Amino acid sequence: MGEAIVITSGKGGVGKTTTSANIGTSLALSGKKVCLVDTDIGLRNLDVLMGLENRIIYDLVDVVEERCKLHQALIKDKRFECLFLLPAAQTKDKSSVQPEQMKKIIMELKQDYDYVIIDCPAGIEQGFKNAVAGADKSIVVTNPEISSVRDADRIIGLLEQEDVEAPKLIVNRVRNHLAKSGDMLDVDEIVSILAIELIGVVVDDENVIKAANKGEPIAMSPNSKASIAYRNIARRILGESVPLSTIEEEKGFFSKIKTLLGMR
Amino acid sequence: MAMAQKLQHNVTIKGTKDGLVLLLDDLCSFEHLVEELNEKLSDDHGQLLNGPLISVIVKTGNRYLTDQQSGLIREIIGQKKNLEIKRFETNVITVAEAEEMKKEAQIMRVSKVVRSGQVLSVQGDLLLIGDVNPGGTVMATGNIFVLGSLKGIAHGGSAGNRKAVIAASVMKPTQLRIAEMINRAPDHYPEHGNEMECAFISDEEDQILIDRISIVHKIRPELNRL
Repeated sequence: MGEAIVITSGKGGVGKTTTSANIGTSLALSGKKVCLVDTDIGLRNLDVLMGLENRIIYDLVDVVEERCKLHQALIKDKRFECLFLLPAAQTKDKSSVQPEQMKKIIMELKQDYDYVIIDCPAGIEQGFKNAVAGADKSIVVTNPEISSVRDADRIIGLLEQEDVEAPKLIVNRVRNHLAKSGDMLDVDEIVSILAIELIGVVVDDENVIKAANKGEPIAMSPNSKASIAYRNIARRILGESVPLSTIEEEKGFFSKIKTLLGMR
Repeated sequence: MAMAQKLQHNVTIKGTKDGLVLLLDDLCSFEHLVEELNEKLSDDHGQLLNGPLISVIVKTGNRYLTDQQSGLIREIIGQKKNLEIKRFETNVITVAEAEEMKKEAQIMRVSKVVRSGQVLSVQGDLLLIGDVNPGGTVMATGNIFVLGSLKGIAHGGSAGNRKAVIAASVMKPTQLRIAEMINRAPDHYPEHGNEMECAFISDEEDQILIDRISIVHKIRPELNRL
C-alpha cells in the first residue's frame, strides 16, 4: 500500500504543477512506482509539462463517470516504466467530481503504486476539496512573496481540518541575491510565519521554463540547481536525511535552516 | 390564627440614608407577597411614599424571581411615581446563569497557530499559546493574551466590555478591536520592537492605546486575582 501526497498552494502560479511533475519524476528515478494525478479539471497542465498530452484518450472524469476502467485512463510516461499519469478532463469543470469519488480512485491507485502524487488546482473550493480528499500527506508550495505566503497560510489552516498529516513546505523560486539584499522574504521568515516543516528550497532557474516548454521535467537534467533541489526533495520524501541544498554559499543562513529542520 | 397570619410581615420596608430597602420574605407564596406589597404601597401611611424621588433596593433573599415575577414587582412599585428601583438583590441564580458567569470568568487556554481565514472566538479570557498570522482573527468576551506574535486581528471585550485588554509577546496586529472601538495598524512596522505590549481603551483619550505590558497593573488593577 503506497501513500498519496497532495501538492497544493492556494495561490495560482507558484509552481504546484512543476513541483508535482518533478517530484514524480525524481521518485521514479529512484525506482519507485509513481502515479501522478492531475485534479485541475478544466485547466489541466500536468500532461503538457510531462510531454504526454498527445497520449490522452480517457481522463479522470471518464473514470468517475465509468466510461472507462481506471487502468485504461492511466498514461505510461515516455521515459520511465514505473511512472504513470492520470490526466484531468479539459472539457468539464471541477464540480463534475465529488470528494468521495476522488477518495475511491486514490485508494485504488494506492494499491498498485508506491507514491500517488496529486496535483491540486489553485483556490480553496471544490477542486481543492477533491484533491485533498484521498491524500495521506500534503506538501504546500509557496514563493518568497507576501501574497503567496498569506495564501499558503490559509491553505495550511484548511489542511489542518482535513484528515491529512501535518503539511510540509517547499519554498519555490527563491532568488538568492534578492533575499540576501533583504528585498525578498527570506526562507527563515517564511518558515517562522507558516510554522511547518521545510522539506525543500528550489531556486529560481530559467532552465525550468525551458524544460517545461520541451515537455521534459527539469529533474531529468542533472546539472541544474532546481533539478538537484527536486531530487533532494524526493529523497527526503523517501525518508533520507539530506541537508537543504540551494543555499550552500551562505553558511550562516544554511545552518539556521538546518536547525529549523532539527538536523543540526 | 388567620389574623395572626395577616399580621405577619412578608414585606418589610426599611429606610436607609441612601433610600428605601424593600425586604421580601422568601418563604411565603408569591401571591401573598404581591398582595401585601400592593397593600403596603397603597396604604399610603406616612408621607414617605409620596415625597421626593427615592431610590429603592429590592432584596429577595433566597427566592428566585422569574423575569415575569420581577416585572410584576417593578410594575407595582412603579405605580408610586416617586419610587425608583435601583436594583434587585438576590442570593440565588439559576444554574444556567451560574454557568454563564463561570464561562465569562474562565481563562480559555488554546495552543495553536491561528492562520489566515481562521477565527478563534471564546467566552471569557483567551490565552493563546501560538501566533495569530495575518488574516487570522481572535475574539474573546474578556481579555486576550497572546504568547506568540499577534499579526492578525484581535477583538477583546467582544460583547462590549471596554475594560478588556489585549496583550501580546510581539504586538504587530493588522487591527485591534476592544468593545466597539477599532484601531488600525500603522502602514509599516519597524523591524524590531513591538515586544511585550498591551492594548487598552484609554478613558482620557477615548481610543485604543498601546503601551508596555508592565503598566497593565496600573491601568487595570482588577485583572489581579491574587
